[in-house]
Amino acid sequence: MRTVFSRPERWSMYWRETVRQMHDIGVGSVVIVGLISIFMGAVSAIQFAYQLDGQLVPLYYIGYIVRDLAIIELAPTITALVLAGKVGSNIAAELGGMRQKEHIDAMEIMGVNTASYLIMPKIIAGIVMIPLLVTVSAFVATLGGYLATVPTGYLTDMDYLRGLRAFFVPYNVVVMYVKSFVFGYILTSVPSFQGYYVVGGSIELGRASTNAVVYSNILILLFDYLIAVLLTG
Amino acid sequence: MIRIENLSKSFGDVPVLKGITHTFEKGKTNLIIGRSGAGKTVLLKSLVGLIAPTGGSVWYDDVEFSALGKEEVRAIRMDVGMLFQGSALFDSMSVEENIRFPLDMFTDWTKDKKIERVNDCLKRVNLENVNDKYPSEISGGMQKRVGIARAIVFKPKYLFCDEPNSGLDPKTALLIDELIQSITYENNMTTVINTHDMNSVMQIGDNIALLYKGDLVWTGNKSEVMESDNETLQDFIFASPFLQKLRAAAMQNGF
Ligand SMILES: Nc1ncnc2c1ncn2[C@@H]1O[C@H](COP(=O)(O)OP(=O)(O)OP(=O)(O)O)[C@@H](O)[C@H]1O
Ligand SMILES: [Mg+2]
Repeated sequence: MRTVFSRPERWSMYWRETVRQMHDIGVGSVVIVGLISIFMGAVSAIQFAYQLDGQLVPLYYIGYIVRDLAIIELAPTITALVLAGKVGSNIAAELGGMRQKEHIDAMEIMGVNTASYLIMPKIIAGIVMIPLLVTVSAFVATLGGYLATVPTGYLTDMDYLRGLRAFFVPYNVVVMYVKSFVFGYILTSVPSFQGYYVVGGSIELGRASTNAVVYSNILILLFDYLIAVLLTG
Repeated sequence: MIRIENLSKSFGDVPVLKGITHTFEKGKTNLIIGRSGAGKTVLLKSLVGLIAPTGGSVWYDDVEFSALGKEEVRAIRMDVGMLFQGSALFDSMSVEENIRFPLDMFTDWTKDKKIERVNDCLKRVNLENVNDKYPSEISGGMQKRVGIARAIVFKPKYLFCDEPNSGLDPKTALLIDELIQSITYENNMTTVINTHDMNSVMQIGDNIALLYKGDLVWTGNKSEVMESDNETLQDFIFASPFLQKLRAAAMQNGF
């Protein structure tokens, strides 16, 4: 790990690479994150409406539950799991390809600290962009909940909004961002190392890409649990 | 000048280089030759530090390269250029951006100055009007030239080429060989070339080292190749039945 964070060559090159990665991860993922989140919110809302049916719990609880579910668990975790597949396999394939085509060796010979130049911008982009995407996801999920329940007549928009405002605990947002940072780090660093150190041919490259996604997913779920225990347990 | 002393490398229990001592001379094209699997690539990569040797030492002039720390190695790499077997051009960058990359990374020159240097290098390898092309849009021979241009962008003292003419037709291969040789002479560089092309051996073999199963079995220059009765060398050079016939005929005629 030390080489990854050692002194860079020219900051402008690192900056340019970081911006490129942020663009790839952020802009490249916002549509899929939005799509998933709207369904995530819609499904949670409909299922809670179904479970609450005939019980004494007031209907406006739907808004409250969709909001908290999105913030604490669904937005960070589902977004991270999906992006580990999309962004993670991309990173592993890109770096693994550069390793095999001797691009990494070529940069090393130029005097570039490749571990640092090729990996650090990806990790920084991950820990900046994943929290942003998770924020988008949380908002879109509550919108999904709204769209699934209000126009269909389950409850009024006043009720839904009342639910969204009820029992709001700002600390939950802190938990969401802690998760997002940690997941952002995992889903960029694990694939980076899988790709950077790949040895062999295209079969190994495919395996590295698969491992990158599998290991990231396992680590994301493990840390999801650990953070839940540590911060909310 | 680059000197290796008792250089060895094993992968696990398998020895690939078995204690090699040799000097690669300044201002010359130094060739490492040998059959496939002889250890040429491992030797070349050990010379530049992409592979850590198991034993022995590598000297760049009077600096013990193999004893340097990471940062010092990076500093010395400012004086090193390398042409890779597959050219190793970055696919997402144009030809100009490829050659400019080391300049972008390590200098604060103005854009104009960088482009001027890029164009000088391109001209040196006889390429023009390819600045905006991408590596996938040019031929293998042109990619090699761009690779050379990128390798010499900092006017290195040491140039390394791994199989510079593999995958090229004999004529283009010859042009690339001659290009590397003339650049070496012009700049008085220490150039080390890995090859199993016997045309290159006879064309640019200023100082040849023959590797056989991890040992150095013969050294000499191209005019000494013919006179040598080293069996491994003769086996390597006259590998094809066609060449063996030619050789026999030449002998008969008192060559
Ligand atoms: N990373 C590695 N791990 C294990 N063995 C290796 C490794 N790299 C090379 N070898 C072994 O070292 C030996 C020499 O390989 P090397 O690539 O240097 O041959 P070469 O002379 O360059 O051959 P070619 O002309 O085919 O390129 C081979 O037997 C190879 O299997
Ligand atoms: Mg080789």
